[in-house]
Amino acid sequence: MMQILRPVLILVGKDILLEWRSRDLVVSVLVFSLLIVVVFNFALNVTPQRVTVLAPGIIWVTFAFAATLAMNRSFVREMEQGGLAGLLLSPVSRDAIFLGKALGSFLFMLLVEAALLPVFGALLNFSVLSFTLVLTIAMATLGFALVGTLFSAIAVQTRSREIMLPVLFFPVILPVIIAAVEASSASIGSEPGVGLNRWLPLLAIFDALFLVICPWVFAVVVEE
Amino acid sequence: MLGNGIRQNITGYLVVLSGLFMLADLYLIFVVAPTDAVLGHVQRVFYFHVPIAIMSFLAFFLVFLASIAYVVRRDGKWDRLAHSCAEVGVVFVTLALLTGIIWGRPLWNTWWTWEPRLTTTLILWLIYVSYLMIRSYASNQQQAARYSAVVGIVGFVDVPIVYYSVVWWRSIHPSPVVGPFAQANALEPIMLWILLFSMVTFLLLFAYLVAERTALRNSEDRLRGMRLVLRRTGR
Amino acid sequence: MPVNLVGDAIKLEGLEKSFGDWPVLWDLDLTLGWGQFLVLFGANGVGKSTLLRILSTQARADAGKALIAGHDLRRNPQAVRSRVGVVAHQTFLYDDLTALENLVYYGRLFGLNDPEKKADEALSRLGMDRRSGQRLRNLSHGMQKRVAIARAIMHQPPILLLDEPESGLDRGSVELLKKLLQEWAASGRAVVMTTHDTELGFSWTGQLGLLAEGKLHLRGPEGTGDSTEFHRRVTVSLGASR
Repeated sequence: MMQILRPVLILVGKDILLEWRSRDLVVSVLVFSLLIVVVFNFALNVTPQRVTVLAPGIIWVTFAFAATLAMNRSFVREMEQGGLAGLLLSPVSRDAIFLGKALGSFLFMLLVEAALLPVFGALLNFSVLSFTLVLTIAMATLGFALVGTLFSAIAVQTRSREIMLPVLFFPVILPVIIAAVEASSASIGSEPGVGLNRWLPLLAIFDALFLVICPWVFAVVVEE
Repeated sequence: MLGNGIRQNITGYLVVLSGLFMLADLYLIFVVAPTDAVLGHVQRVFYFHVPIAIMSFLAFFLVFLASIAYVVRRDGKWDRLAHSCAEVGVVFVTLALLTGIIWGRPLWNTWWTWEPRLTTTLILWLIYVSYLMIRSYASNQQQAARYSAVVGIVGFVDVPIVYYSVVWWRSIHPSPVVGPFAQANALEPIMLWILLFSMVTFLLLFAYLVAERTALRNSEDRLRGMRLVLRRTGR
Repeated sequence: MPVNLVGDAIKLEGLEKSFGDWPVLWDLDLTLGWGQFLVLFGANGVGKSTLLRILSTQARADAGKALIAGHDLRRNPQAVRSRVGVVAHQTFLYDDLTALENLVYYGRLFGLNDPEKKADEALSRLGMDRRSGQRLRNLSHGMQKRVAIARAIMHQPPILLLDEPESGLDRGSVELLKKLLQEWAASGRAVVMTTHDTELGFSWTGQLGLLAEGKLHLRGPEGTGDSTEFHRRVTVSLGASR
């Protein structure tokens, strides 16, 4: 266990330090997300009557696009001076490398979402203080981080890396988006609890399944 | 290459066999099968749609198995099988979508509905198109094999989750357009037999196409091998 | 610091590698004992970097047997990784970390005791101790290269693999590198280095090899007639690419 945990923490620590130094990713992802919200407001004409119907969709489309942006950048950064190659040269299990990168992206996205959620609540006028909403966000973001880390490791190695990540990511992540939207509208809406006992287990199954599969196939992605 | 002759024979038998079956199948579908009392002639597309859709699922299941085998064994033959099944599967799933749309029009009174099976088929189409895309964007054959195997595994595991998430989603958001025949009416026995025959026909067609495509991939790889040897000697 | 090592440092038999239908290496054999320093010549694109990438577990050979410090490359890559130090064209360093932070990060990944001290030692060995607190972004190309070399030697690997390490270094740094590598070999470890700089390669004492047409041609023993013949072949081979 320690053999996996130690390198994972070293890797996450490095990613946090790097982001703290430059702060370019967190700023660009936040600005990008706010832009999406503004565009949605006019595209969908979000009125108070329709907000509980529209808000979950807006939140999750924004989070999903922000996640692809963040994870793509995270691997591009590893490619710049060959950091990923250096990482692969160290005697650390490939599982730990995958989990370290995924955990870094997970924490980063949680930070971004924590910053965005109050803004969404204010702009779209709904209450963000809900335990189930926070739980939904954590579980769905874990799914994003696992699948996204795997596919960005593939996408950065191919031509047209910017397009390859969303093309691979969105079809696979669709159940997470459906579950997250439904669970969020149950949390925001007037009748909490309806449907949650269905969507939260679905998210849990998705997370558990890909927590097992992704590290296994990641070894195939990174070894040439 | 031992066994090559045998393989060519099998491909030969398959093409003749699936051709004969297809002729018989067309006769059964358009002449023997009774016209549906309510839907009319359009209902006959059902004899194509169902077998084609099932064959595309079979194709992607084979991609899944071959991808696992490739990941574990690293033998190029599994990649050849996975690649061939994926290509044939994408053709079949495209046809399944098109025939589904044609069939859904009289049945549901709309071209498209986010019905779980239809939606899952669309997602399958997207996943396996990305499978073929990643192959063409990879920088060499080995990289293409590794990356597409990952997509072949992850994509297939995802399919049941996609299906159930759409089923549950539908139970919350029932489709406003429900045609007069949303419930499939029970099949007459003769219809069922023709469907089964059609299933066998498309299975043969599928087997033939995969065999042919795998043979082509084999030739491509042998050609690559020859070019490799020639380049070593400086040509 | 002398190191006691048994067997061969590197043993390759019938190594093969191709990219798609483009052959890079084939029928490649090599036996390198401990204490040896191999300088590998080759024109651009003959597979020098590919060979080093295979030896350092970054690329997988299509066929053939490879033992590094007695460990099978295919079966036990983790054991190989902790025993090789790699200097490649890329520095493997992060622009927004300082030289010291970069090395400490790698030291931790390699599981070293007291990574701060080892990083300091490695940096001062490359004459970078006064710049260790600066971010990589603010260091010149040559200095980044020196940090990259410090990174490769920090965990005291018994085998060093260097891909054209002289590129981007000034005269003084090249001398420093030469001294370092010769000490490394003299202490009973092994060094493999590629270069296309014949002047530099021939002036360094070490085993010489030429990579051409997928194979490795080693120079015969010192002072034999082979030596001048080898000299000629290297010059022809490198000249041909221009």
